[in-house]
Amino acid sequence: MGTIKITTPLTDETIEQLHAGDNVLITGTIYVGRDAAHKRMVAALDAGQELPFDPRGQIIYYMGPSPARPGRPIGAAGPTTSYRMDPYAPRLLEVGLKGMIGKGNRSMPVREAMQKYKAVYFAAIGGAAALIANSIKEAEVIAYPELGAEALRRLRVEDFPAVVVNDIYGNDAYEMGKAQYREEG
Amino acid sequence: MREVQVETITNEVARLCIEACYYLGDDVLAALKKARASEPSPVGQAVLDQILRNAEIASQGELPLCQDTGLTVVFLELGQEVHIVGGNLYDAIQEGVRKGYKEGYLRKSVVDKPFSARINTKDNTPAVIHTEIVPGDRVKITVAPKGGGSENMSYLKMFSPAAGRQGIIDWVVECVDKSGANPCPPIIVGVGIGGTIDQTTLIAKKALLRPVGQPHPDPEVAELEAEILERVNKLGIGPQGLGGRTTALAVHVETFPCHIASMPAAVNIQCHSARHKEVVI
Repeated sequence: MGTIKITTPLTDETIEQLHAGDNVLITGTIYVGRDAAHKRMVAALDAGQELPFDPRGQIIYYMGPSPARPGRPIGAAGPTTSYRMDPYAPRLLEVGLKGMIGKGNRSMPVREAMQKYKAVYFAAIGGAAALIANSIKEAEVIAYPELGAEALRRLRVEDFPAVVVNDIYGNDAYEMGKAQYREEG
Repeated sequence: MREVQVETITNEVARLCIEACYYLGDDVLAALKKARASEPSPVGQAVLDQILRNAEIASQGELPLCQDTGLTVVFLELGQEVHIVGGNLYDAIQEGVRKGYKEGYLRKSVVDKPFSARINTKDNTPAVIHTEIVPGDRVKITVAPKGGGSENMSYLKMFSPAAGRQGIIDWVVECVDKSGANPCPPIIVGVGIGGTIDQTTLIAKKALLRPVGQPHPDPEVAELEAEILERVNKLGIGPQGLGGRTTALAVHVETFPCHIASMPAAVNIQCHSARHKEVVI
């Protein structure tokens, strides 16, 4: 199984070559937001306001880090469960977001929105937070600092490891993997 | 009566919070290594390798195992011949959590006003404390930080007694199946059977504290655990839900007598970052 190196922002050309089950290493800028930040971003869009960052072509990582020790850009930084962001995700895809990183299944409306707007969903390994932290080179809070661990952040990552779960062709790596190893009875 | 200072309690709780979040137990590591040796899925093998590598990195003491350092659950066994001096016991435990989460660079993951403003308490308090009064003059403290992702995959069912053993097995397997990748498999499945609504959920959680894979001392319960584990690992979910045979490292069942009309059951899932540390003072 090969590994595909990709850089952000994501282009349609990059997205078209990604398939469910592919291992990827992501390099570039990614954004970080989870429950509370999503609620605020969608409220901003609904109020006709700009988002704190231009979402076009970008990836958002569902994560709330542990505090950084002195001399480190960030603490442990693994993914949180994605379904909680499902009510908000289609709205962000609509305004140009191209990738999401988390863990766990997405709802049908999110999967349909990914196909419609040409976006992908990646899984990072939940609970491999110390390992993942080593691929994060810089981190800064760009909005909602009062949310603490839930603040919106910008990261610079190098070879951030992830797996494509949902591609633009309607495939789902969780369904595929489970079907392959499921035994009845 | 033997006296124990609250300051000792605070310091020990703080230490346990930090150690639990950085050092995975030997039982969990052994179970993960055993799973790595038997997992047929290449993706599953790769995931297990990364989980083991992650534990190595965390054990250097700079980065916790997981960014979700949990809501702190404390199990307290208080000997009835112990006199706690110098302050309030529960305050001392909360102070220990405050200290441990600050000094250990652990994430503060607790919000007050749960259905409205959801304001972070900024020090990870309050911990949830379960107290048992036991014979003797010792205090046993177990600190078990519980992540939100796996805790959200919890289930309760008030069975009719007619559902029986098979009803429980089918339901637990269904709970694990629908949880899929969400609770960070490979998981440990805690099951409570019997008691009341409160008791069955508590014993399901307590079941997670047993060394991973150690069977229940009652052979009938141990057999039930083995049967559920076999069924769960045929689901195909695998490490991180990407397909494989290691969906659960273990199934731990605890039971409690119940009302003649009832058979409550609860499932509490623990992610692979199965963190708990204990001390006897």
